[in-house]
Amino acid sequence: MSQQNLESLDVAAIREEFPILEREFDGQQVVYLDNAATTQTPDPVVDAMSDYYREYNANIHRGIHHLSQEASVAYEEAHDRVADFIGADGREEVIFTKNTTESENLVAYAWGLNELEPDDRVVLTEMEHHASLVTWQQIAHQTGADVEYIRVDDDGRLDMDHARELIDDDAAIVSAVHVSNTLGTVNPVSELTELAHEHDAISVIDGAQAVPNRPVDVGEIDADFYAFSGHKMAGPTGIGVLYGKQDLLEEMDPYLYGGGMIRKVTFEESTWGDLPWKFEPGTPQIAEAVGLVAAIDWLEEIGMERIQAHEEEIARYAYERLEAEGDIEIYGPEPGPDRGGLVSFNVEGVHAHDLASIMNDHTIAVRAGDHCTQPLHDRLGVAASTRASFYVYNTKSEVDKLVAALDDARQLFS
Amino acid sequence: MGLGSDMYRQQILDHYKNPRNYGELEDPTFSHVGENPMCGDEIRMDIRLDEDNETINAVAFSGDGCAISQASASMLSSELTGKTVDELLEMDRDDVVDMLGVDISPMRIKCAVLAEKVAQDGAEIYRGELEVEKTTTED
Repeated sequence: MSQQNLESLDVAAIREEFPILEREFDGQQVVYLDNAATTQTPDPVVDAMSDYYREYNANIHRGIHHLSQEASVAYEEAHDRVADFIGADGREEVIFTKNTTESENLVAYAWGLNELEPDDRVVLTEMEHHASLVTWQQIAHQTGADVEYIRVDDDGRLDMDHARELIDDDAAIVSAVHVSNTLGTVNPVSELTELAHEHDAISVIDGAQAVPNRPVDVGEIDADFYAFSGHKMAGPTGIGVLYGKQDLLEEMDPYLYGGGMIRKVTFEESTWGDLPWKFEPGTPQIAEAVGLVAAIDWLEEIGMERIQAHEEEIARYAYERLEAEGDIEIYGPEPGPDRGGLVSFNVEGVHAHDLASIMNDHTIAVRAGDHCTQPLHDRLGVAASTRASFYVYNTKSEVDKLVAALDDARQLFS
Repeated sequence: MGLGSDMYRQQILDHYKNPRNYGELEDPTFSHVGENPMCGDEIRMDIRLDEDNETINAVAFSGDGCAISQASASMLSSELTGKTVDELLEMDRDDVVDMLGVDISPMRIKCAVLAEKVAQDGAEIYRGELEVEKTTTED
């Protein structure tokens, strides 16, 4: 990305669409650096959801009346919009879920539980989020499959030689995180998917930290399944997406049953509706789907490349400023094309939770803990870390505030 | 300043930096361990009782964790000496907060009560009233 393009991203104008960023606690304006957990929601997204409730709230499908027709069209077309955004072939390949975790569970239950056999290998990475790690671990317990983890090297990248060892003809599935929510590593998911396909395994990619901040084309990656959440990409909570290749989804039976997902029901038997509805039982997240479309429109108007460049710039700045402090251990790769917009770290002699409390005194929102990657933290040899994660509205001066607040922590605890 | 800074008053920091009764007892009547998995705080409490099998005459703790969990364990270890097991079991969250003498923000309360919970579970296990391998503050 050229410098000119970067400068043309008008952060001040962007911030005006987020009244929450003006909030003050004890007279200090909030510095929101917890975007990997959830991003803030711009006015156009809130307005779109508000309009839905004020103007055309109704249950979808089979409603003959005007309101239901409007709601149904909006909900169905939301699938088309998402498909277009991520390069899927159509709405048949886009299933709305509650969040990334539920998307992972859908694959695990509807595909894994039926397809995995004893001694099949499930290949994960050491940097998996619990969303996929715990899910596949438990499905493996139930099916007798083995779980192996691709090692993370000392630089915080996947050991691809180890990946090639693990992904052989015994491998049935490769599930990897696209961008690590702890290390910030951008993983070579196309390469992992290619490896999987060479051995007739399927690939499942957790894109929760990728879709919000970079162009993602599921066709280009060739992933069989790809999962992400609305609330980490300026959209609402309560909606996630599972992309799946149509032929795979056609073969799979649903794992949640009920209304809305059936074709015909008798007292004895039921048949399933078309994709994607057969995986969306019950009244779905209609307002949230409307909000997600508004978020995608909003993001694309800014441009995903520019968002990526902005985040990389802020993350690089944060990394370099923290590194210069001298008493800070930073996890994950050095700044560059394979690092996303977050920095996890520990200050020598200060527990992550104490640091987060001190940051909160300065109204700086960071996250402290294991970030749902406990095994990775074991691997790093720390119980917890502090994570600052950035989005399109963050500025370098906010990073400066973070660095300045470190002194308070040092004074208290050293 | 918010709750956080209030949490780190001198007394807390003193106990964190110079923990009292840190280590393990040679002849504890009972020992128990616990953790706060989300924080990675870990505490082991060793408690020795008098011959009456009721009065606590020595307490030691060991472990790692944030300032709140460690200071709380340190203060509790002093507080418990001379108390009875019944008195230990009667303690609740408010007693811990009173002992710490600061406002604990809601998200940090699990750190504060870890040591108390470990000591209480240890006592109940000793009395045969509870069966757990490890205490956790997650539930």
